[in-house]
Amino acid sequence: MIAGYIKPGDWLLISLAALAVVALTMTLWRGEVAEQAVIRSAGKIIHTVPLAVDQEIAVAGPLGTSIITIAKRRARISSDPSPRQYCVRQGWLQQAGEIALCLPNQVSVELTGKHKKYDSLNY
Amino acid sequence: MTASTTDQPLKKEQGAAQQPDSVLLHPTHEDHHIARMAAVALGLTVLENAIPSPLPGVKPGLANIVTLIVLSRYGWRIAAWVSLLRVVAGSLLFGSFLTPGFFLGLAGALCSLVILALAQHLPARWFGAVSHSILAAFAHIAGQMGVVYVWLIPHSGIAYLIPIFATAALIFGTVNGLIAARFMDNHDSPSTNHPAITDESH
Repeated sequence: MIAGYIKPGDWLLISLAALAVVALTMTLWRGEVAEQAVIRSAGKIIHTVPLAVDQEIAVAGPLGTSIITIAKRRARISSDPSPRQYCVRQGWLQQAGEIALCLPNQVSVELTGKHKKYDSLNY
Repeated sequence: MTASTTDQPLKKEQGAAQQPDSVLLHPTHEDHHIARMAAVALGLTVLENAIPSPLPGVKPGLANIVTLIVLSRYGWRIAAWVSLLRVVAGSLLFGSFLTPGFFLGLAGALCSLVILALAQHLPARWFGAVSHSILAAFAHIAGQMGVVYVWLIPHSGIAYLIPIFATAALIFGTVNGLIAARFMDNHDSPSTNHPAITDESH
């Protein structure tokens, strides 16, 4: 009964519009594959390491040592002296653009792709 | 403001002669009709504002059902009047006149009207209210996103929201078009169209 109100051209247009929506979503929401981890201490980049290599990196900060673990193309802060442990509890970072910050210890890990997409998103 | 004053130049001159300090507008039958249609659209706008939205800007746009029906029955000029009156009067009603939200709505409405001016010439045999509605809905978000980007948030990050708005445009455009088609369905009922469609597909 509903179909009776849709003319053949309407079906064509609905299909085209649906295709356009899918295409838009795929191009605009494609999460870029993370290639490397950028590790900062006190705002300065101290290491840029590829995610392909599993390793643990110790970074010294004002409160003590933060330990960054890279495994299976993911990265996380596995140990940190900051009181609230936000960055540790954030867990594994996988996609380009994800970032974990330990503000008290001034250490951060950011995953980047081949090229950087957004600095920040505001809404 | 409207064409009504030019419709009755004689009366107007008489009125002006009698009362030089006052301007008399003589609303025509058409003016009344436009006002009635805009009032219906306004009612739908009020109704729609009661519906909570998950994201600002994602709205069903029920008032456009009226625009679609007016477009098909009385032509583009009247539809433009109804649509723009609804935008302005609606903003006055909600206290959003000349706010960013008002300009977003206005930009969307203007873009929709431009697209509808073209879309109304699509062959009616193949394209109905659903096509008009979808095209207008996409034009609406395009206009809004344009204003958002140029004026409010000049950052490419808003591209992230486009898929959400496009999905909403597709869904609500289709639904509004169907409702409009249902309302306009007088005598050539779908039951008579149906066998023809199924015959073609077999």
